[in-house]
Amino acid sequence: MGPLSSRRAFFNWLGVVPFFLFSFLFLILPTFYLVIGSFQDKNGAATIQNYADLLGPQTVRTYLNSIEISAVTAIGGCIFGFLLAYAVILGGLPRRLRTALMTFSGVASNFAGVPLAFAFVFTIGRVGLVTVFLKDVLGVNVYAAGFSIYSKIGLEIVYLYFQLPLMVLIIAPAIDGLRREWREAAENMGATPSQYWRLVALPILMPSFLGSAILLFANAFGAQATAYALTGGSIDIATIAISRQMRGDVLFNEGLGYALAMGMVVIMGISIGLYALLQRRSERWLR
Amino acid sequence: MTAAGGGSTSPIAPYAVVGEVLDKNRTATRRRRSLGTIIWWIVFLIGVAYFLVPLWSTLSWSLQAQPFGAAYTNTLDDPQFAATLLYSFTIGIITVIVSIGIIVPTAFWVRLRVPQLRRLVEFITLLPFVIPPIILVFGLIRSYSHGFLPLTNTDIGSDALLVAAYTVLSFPYMYRAVDTGLRSIDVQSLTEASQSLGAGWLRILWEVILPNLRVSLLAGAFLTLAIVVGEYTIATFLARPAFGPYLALIGGNKAYEPAAVSLISFALTWAAMGVIQYIGRGTRITVAGAR
Repeated sequence: MGPLSSRRAFFNWLGVVPFFLFSFLFLILPTFYLVIGSFQDKNGAATIQNYADLLGPQTVRTYLNSIEISAVTAIGGCIFGFLLAYAVILGGLPRRLRTALMTFSGVASNFAGVPLAFAFVFTIGRVGLVTVFLKDVLGVNVYAAGFSIYSKIGLEIVYLYFQLPLMVLIIAPAIDGLRREWREAAENMGATPSQYWRLVALPILMPSFLGSAILLFANAFGAQATAYALTGGSIDIATIAISRQMRGDVLFNEGLGYALAMGMVVIMGISIGLYALLQRRSERWLR
Repeated sequence: MTAAGGGSTSPIAPYAVVGEVLDKNRTATRRRRSLGTIIWWIVFLIGVAYFLVPLWSTLSWSLQAQPFGAAYTNTLDDPQFAATLLYSFTIGIITVIVSIGIIVPTAFWVRLRVPQLRRLVEFITLLPFVIPPIILVFGLIRSYSHGFLPLTNTDIGSDALLVAAYTVLSFPYMYRAVDTGLRSIDVQSLTEASQSLGAGWLRILWEVILPNLRVSLLAGAFLTLAIVVGEYTIATFLARPAFGPYLALIGGNKAYEPAAVSLISFALTWAAMGVIQYIGRGTRITVAGAR
């Protein structure tokens, strides 16, 4: 390599140096710190005890709670989000409603955290509008029946508020991709609606659908602010458990905190990896 | 299609019969479709109810404060409200500038000079989805509370760390937006044309590429702002006087004001998204924020 071409090679890399340096310092290095920490005991000696602790009944229950909440809201968000998007795109509703729903979804999918938690406390909290309405008008006391907004089901109802619109936003292009001609072709060949759905539409939509479900799962799994604001840290899920370790509360165990974080990164990594894979598959039909 | 009646000898009769059968089919289909439309209306209205009832509840709760509107006037009169909102906006704008400063040259270079790095850069910009805010801030605090860069020991250092964390969070949206923008313009020709006119790299980026990316950059910027203003997790753990932690504090201490600030915050998100919708007519960007 002559001096000119090596200078050129150097110059080629120069433009991307700030990006890699920044990512290394503020994304890779901090994560790496947690990885190292998860393999160390209190005195800095190498150990896998933290991962053994991670498999204890307490932390397993924490993870199962997180997984349950994420899966329920992902599946619920997927199904209803799909129906909602389908209704405004192909359901024969006025076109203006589609624009309205899309705009609202853009807002609602970003309306999360503390204000969202508050809004639901005023709705289905102990003295929330809907709770009071159910009790005074319909005579149904949901809190006496065991419901609580601070429980898993409560959190799931709240999470759906950003899961549903996210689903609407990501599935809309796939529904748009269902060509009218395919339906007409199927009908002309005598296919019934159920045959059309079973043999044509669903196979085409499946990769997008699964991909969206995984993205929604990851979205709920990594959520912390909404759960913390809603329950004040009393609900037993992974992000809250990590917050507790960071604040140095009960049962403080720094190594376990790192291992908890690693467990989350692994689950999130698998989810996002699968999502990227499915994304590539579903793009085939969206050209 | 009455021509089909009575086994007429007209040469068009067979076609007319076919036409009538098709017509019947079509009416059946139409009837099925209109029943379908009713069902889709019901689905839509359930969705609308789920979306609007919490907002309505919050509004009616906020209006219960006495005298009328007190929840809002108290909120706006609270100096902490303005101070934290201003702080978060400032941090948000700095974040946008840093993010654009890093992402635009990177996306430009990857497209033009080092396409072999595309996969790696895309992978890194997706990492903030894999590493949620709570874990990012955990790692940042542990890495920068001591050692070669003890940032969390000073206010300005913590501010810088907050900007760094938010910049990382903005990478997925910003990179997508810029990359999509670059795809829609002919970077190669624009660059060569500028070079043949004697422009240097900085000048090309600043005077040719940036103006062409205006729409994508504004969309990325407002999305970043919408995420940053009101972000809770990272700001809380870095102990910053930001809007998100302030909201949480209000929630613990006051009765009606939380409803007012929730709606104000919803309105702010709405404003940011409205701007994106307005400037970006037709362009699509993925939305997903810090929850």
